[in-house]
Amino acid sequence: MRPLQSPGKWEKFVLPAITFALLLAGWYFAVRWSGTKVLPSPLEVKKGLIELIQAHVLWADIADSLRRVAIGFGLAAVLGIPLGLALGWYPELNKVVNPVIQLLRPISPIAWIPVAILFLGIGDHAATALIFLGAFFPIVVSCVDGVNNVSSVFRRAGRNFGLSPLQLLGRIVFPAALPNILVGLRIAFGIAWLVVVAAEMVAVDSGLGFLIIDSRNSGKRYDLVVAAMLLIGIIGLALDFLFRGLERIKSVRWGFRHES
Amino acid sequence: MPTSTQTAGSDPAARESALKAKLSTHDLSMVFHRDGNRVPVLDNINLNVADGEFVCLLGPSGCGKSTLLNTMAGFLSPTRGEVRVDNEVVQGPDPRRIFVFQERGVFPWLTVEGNIGFGLAKLSRGERERRIAHYIRMVGLQGFEKAYPSELSGGMKQRLEVARALAVNPDMLFLDEPFGALDSITRLTMRRELLRIWEAERKTIVFVTHDIDEAVQLADRVVVMSARPATIQQIVTIEIAHPRDISSARYLELRDGIFAQIGLAHRI
Repeated sequence: MRPLQSPGKWEKFVLPAITFALLLAGWYFAVRWSGTKVLPSPLEVKKGLIELIQAHVLWADIADSLRRVAIGFGLAAVLGIPLGLALGWYPELNKVVNPVIQLLRPISPIAWIPVAILFLGIGDHAATALIFLGAFFPIVVSCVDGVNNVSSVFRRAGRNFGLSPLQLLGRIVFPAALPNILVGLRIAFGIAWLVVVAAEMVAVDSGLGFLIIDSRNSGKRYDLVVAAMLLIGIIGLALDFLFRGLERIKSVRWGFRHES
Repeated sequence: MPTSTQTAGSDPAARESALKAKLSTHDLSMVFHRDGNRVPVLDNINLNVADGEFVCLLGPSGCGKSTLLNTMAGFLSPTRGEVRVDNEVVQGPDPRRIFVFQERGVFPWLTVEGNIGFGLAKLSRGERERRIAHYIRMVGLQGFEKAYPSELSGGMKQRLEVARALAVNPDMLFLDEPFGALDSITRLTMRRELLRIWEAERKTIVFVTHDIDEAVQLADRVVVMSARPATIQQIVTIEIAHPRDISSARYLELRDGIFAQIGLAHRI
């Protein structure tokens, strides 16, 4: 008998494969039996995907989207982590800044599109700024929470070993909060990947979001629209998988629940 | 009753013995304020701990013995009175006196080596590595140098925390129910290990426990504390040499004396 906690390879890969096969079959027959002329069948989407790959614009679009996310998200992390640590470390500062953060946080990055275009014009800067806005607040909030949740036993142990406040922040609080911060980064990255598509539909003329809107506008190519949607899903999944890989690094792994 | 009482009050003789003590508390009182209520936790504690001595603070759960230990370590400031170490008033925590938490104090983001080396940042690389290796051997964690705490058992984590404390070569260790979370077999092993280490290094140890047997097995003197607000009820000197035979008549006599003092009969 297999131990309970380790499902076999068979279940891990074959079951999801069956789900996908059933979905594709359902999709295929739904399109066929309804006789729709607007929505593409899986086979048409596959053809569209091959067409996109052969036309070479696809790789440029993917690269553009990834670049915007990398810059916007990277900037959000570089500015958000120190700010979040500082706010968690100095509760008085947090009292001053937190109301502003809580007010800005629920505003969808999409709502910022007109303002972003007004200030930064149509182009890369506006798109990157929107991604930054989407990723920044979750990162800050997760850092503040992370610092607040550091066990007082760790802080006391650090003080006992004679650490200065700055050393305490660097050697105790930051590593102790890191699992929390990673969760925030992962959530923020998911949001960034959502926002880039929306931003590219409005603010720029390249990227996967633009590919979708362009395919619809230039001849209602819904096969290409769906192909681009699938690509967005697959790339997002792959990037999330990479982030999950970070959670398995041993110095942060303690903060996560893992099956093994 | 086989006891000897010894407190450092205001009389001159006691004052003199307080001067010679490694650690002494002077009319120490602590009052917490919770929800507008005044909660007295420690009431006029006068206690001397000699250099190299192993003292157990024994009392019922929630009596304030942990508060007393935290005050001795400098994590809390007393409401009244003071704690002196080497005749200097304690103002805060100090690397010369390390507090050991119930295994929860090991840093999960560092390996065994990283934990033991945590307080050794100022040493040269070679000296640091030598000390890490020494204390890994002392607590029997060879082969686990690169392991993370999540890969260790509770007893191993506890030994790791003790090793991390010893590595900075402190004069004193404060242990707050260090073996409370361990199973009873591991707990017995850990007591023997702690005594072995204490005999090798001769640190002054103040050890908080609610386990009467644990106190009588380990301590030179057992400080029996009352329920809250904690006062020193009695100080029992355990003059039995180590290793202690825990079925000897003297051991049982001392243990039963403390049982009676706390007001418990040992019949269930």
